[in-house]
Amino acid sequence: MATERVDSVKTYAAVWIVLLILTALTTAVAYVDLGAFSVVAALVIAVVKMLLVALFFMHLRHSTHLTRLVVTGGLVWLMILLLLSFADFMTRGWVGVPGR
Amino acid sequence: MKSWLLTKDHKRIAVLYLATVTLFFFLGGAFATLIRVELLTPQGGLVSSETYNKLFTMHGVTMVFFFLIPSIPATLGNFFLPLMIGARDLAFPRINLLSWYLLVIGGLLALFAMLAGGVDTGWTFYTPYSTTYSNSWVIATALGIFVAGFSSILTGLNFIVTVHRMRAPGMTWFRMPLFVWSMYATSLIQVLGTPVLAVTLVLVFCERVFHIGIFDPALGGDPVLFQHLFWFYSHPAVYIMVLPGMGVISEVISVFSRKSVFGYAFVAFSSVAIAVLGFLVWGHHLFVSTQSVYAGMVFSFLSYFVAIPSAIKVFNWTATLYKGSISFATPMLYAFGFIGLFTIGGLTGLFVASLGIDVHVTDTYFVIAHFHYIMVGGTIMAYMAGMHYWWPKMTGRMYPEGWAKLSALVIFLGFNLTFFPQFILGYLGMPRRYHVYPDEFQVLHVLSTAGASVLAVGYLMPMIYFIWSLRYGALAPANPWGATGLEWKTASPPPVHNFDEAPVVTHEAYDYSTVMGEVIEVG
Amino acid sequence: MASDAHGETLALREQFDSEEQQKDASTLGMWIFLITEIMFFGGMFLAYSVYRNFYPHVFAVASSSMNAIIGATNTGVLLCSSFTMVMAVRAAQLGQRKIIILFLVLTLILGIAFLGLKAYEWNVKFEEHHVPGPAFHLDGVDTQGPAQIFFSMYFAMTGLHALHMVVGVGILTWLIIATYKGRFTAGYMTPVDIAGLYWHFVDIIWIFLFPLLYLIDRHLG
Ligand code: HEM
Ligand SMILES: [Cu+2]
Repeated sequence: MATERVDSVKTYAAVWIVLLILTALTTAVAYVDLGAFSVVAALVIAVVKMLLVALFFMHLRHSTHLTRLVVTGGLVWLMILLLLSFADFMTRGWVGVPGR
Repeated sequence: MKSWLLTKDHKRIAVLYLATVTLFFFLGGAFATLIRVELLTPQGGLVSSETYNKLFTMHGVTMVFFFLIPSIPATLGNFFLPLMIGARDLAFPRINLLSWYLLVIGGLLALFAMLAGGVDTGWTFYTPYSTTYSNSWVIATALGIFVAGFSSILTGLNFIVTVHRMRAPGMTWFRMPLFVWSMYATSLIQVLGTPVLAVTLVLVFCERVFHIGIFDPALGGDPVLFQHLFWFYSHPAVYIMVLPGMGVISEVISVFSRKSVFGYAFVAFSSVAIAVLGFLVWGHHLFVSTQSVYAGMVFSFLSYFVAIPSAIKVFNWTATLYKGSISFATPMLYAFGFIGLFTIGGLTGLFVASLGIDVHVTDTYFVIAHFHYIMVGGTIMAYMAGMHYWWPKMTGRMYPEGWAKLSALVIFLGFNLTFFPQFILGYLGMPRRYHVYPDEFQVLHVLSTAGASVLAVGYLMPMIYFIWSLRYGALAPANPWGATGLEWKTASPPPVHNFDEAPVVTHEAYDYSTVMGEVIEVG
Repeated sequence: MASDAHGETLALREQFDSEEQQKDASTLGMWIFLITEIMFFGGMFLAYSVYRNFYPHVFAVASSSMNAIIGATNTGVLLCSSFTMVMAVRAAQLGQRKIIILFLVLTLILGIAFLGLKAYEWNVKFEEHHVPGPAFHLDGVDTQGPAQIFFSMYFAMTGLHALHMVVGVGILTWLIIATYKGRFTAGYMTPVDIAGLYWHFVDIIWIFLFPLLYLIDRHLG
């Protein structure tokens, strides 16, 4: 972490342009009927955008292991919250007894 | 006065916290007293049902959010974490002070709600009762807890950064005292869990004020979603309460048996394991809700895993005692109390974590007994152990050993008399949160109330002799117990910047060969 | 750097041994704070996902009633502001004071533009009776309750996001003033750096809110 890495304006500009293109893309794709995949498409694009912002704008690609660990940890915990909750919401009604 | 209210010194802030949480402890205690008195008779003649609902709610809210959660981390942790890793202060002293103010503001809000009329939802704020039906001060209380939650988050954040960035030269991770490990694990939970409580309270607020429907079945909302969100925080929160206590016990057991903690690395990692696993089990509070049976099975299964690291700790403490040169000083007595009571609490935790049994005992006094064995028998015992152990360092005065031993005994006996009958009551079917009950339960309830009176005396004693000792206690030397931690290498009480000379660490924690000759007669 | 500036701003706080330690601590602190923010918004995302899963059709209809063009435009505005923010951070790394100020001001303007568009959008919702409450009504759905929940989530999530933006705008204003007074140099830019992290994080939240609230299942609705 000791040395500041200064990225070039070109890098930042490129990332910025890509982000704008992805925004246009995700909007356009929403009007196409992809069935169940429309959710997937929207989320994949969003995740890519998140990664671009995090890696380049938030300098995650130059950062320490610890910082990366913190970020990964946060995302994993979010997943715990979502997935274990859905372990309930997705399996309700399976036994066919009302209210269970 | 001003120098205290604007202080950035972690030691003074710890003392501010100490005063604050002690106040809340006695407030919560007052509510508990009223509850126990009310339960003396089966008809419950003393207060109305509405008042009774408010009493147990305010007891729970005060004790959990304003006493237990901040208790050990914000007082002993604040005071000793920087000292133990050889730092001059926490990483963010101003944030530390801010977090104390947040606790006070949150506490005042909750206090206001109590004085204005109280809340009656239970400390769990279950929807839709809390959002649609309750006519009590839900919002003010929730707001108070919300604000206090940020106090907790900031403390956790501060501790994590401090442990990562402020350790003295030579203080490697595996030379850190186990109390520091446990505080670190606790901080992880505070940081990862508390925000979810915060957002849950925001949603409750919105639901109550704007009727947005999220938790309202009438609009298609699901009240059980609230329970998921609430327990995602509140199960881990029970480990915010007990992990710091486990850290204290590791210190005390080691010092008073003059031995390095058996299996140091296991004990250290088990703290982190508890912090992590604690997040995977919250659904065991929802067994009798509309949570799906399949999720119930998963959560029941996962719950057993938390028992493993907890058991590792208990076994390792016991092994530490083996062939140790044990002295029965007051902190050690409390530590013994902790081990026994925590074990009972943990084992009954396994009972209630199994789906089938829980359907029988849920919402009965069995659950009440279970968690009091852990939170009072565990956390408060450890807190008392820590207070006695570090009192000489914090104040520069010794407490009166004889009285202290007596108090430990009284508390232990009073505690068991209060809560053991509640296991039986619950098993026989006495539901929690009721103040009218069948006559045959009266004997056990009376025993419990009698125990509570003994317990109250037990808690008042330290209150008195600690204050007494500030003036009349013997002057404490730098290292009265012959302990190894860095906090004992500086004066009692420590100077403003903790160490006159920046410490350099060259030994493992608990290497008693380093304090040979320094050892001073123990009580 | 001038030594009196040092005394006033770089002031190594007494608990730290070195400036590097201080900077590392602040950065780590900020990242941990962002983790708490992830969990905070996480509760909202959970609630959203649960109800979307319960009422997919209603959510599709409700989502389609949103103006995706405004949503996309606002996303663009925010992404531009992230770009200007990172340029400000870069300028700070290089110690170019005027350029820091330039980009911070641009970021501020874009942030305010975002909030302006947001306010306009909310206002439209009021006119369309899409605000949860007794007057709520959404065409094209059988049950108003779940539709209302969609808009509750919309207001809760975008409201919370907007609140973070407002805080961000406050921070930017403070930074601009502080930079103007010459507090930040190549040697000490931690506040700019950290504010950047916060700003980008708020942007990331929006990156998810946009498709979830405006786009998903649009073709169904
Ligand atoms: C071996 C570890 C543990 C297990 C498996 C366990 C399991 C459980 C279960 C299944 C319940 C729900 C019972 C019901 O509502 O029917 C429960 C309740 C409770 N437990 Fe534990 N527990 C453990 C440790 C702890 C610890 C360490 C604490 C506190 C420091 C604690 C505090 C509580 C509290 C406060 C409740 C009641 C919440 C309420 O409904 O008001 N538990 N426990
Ligand atoms: Cu639990």
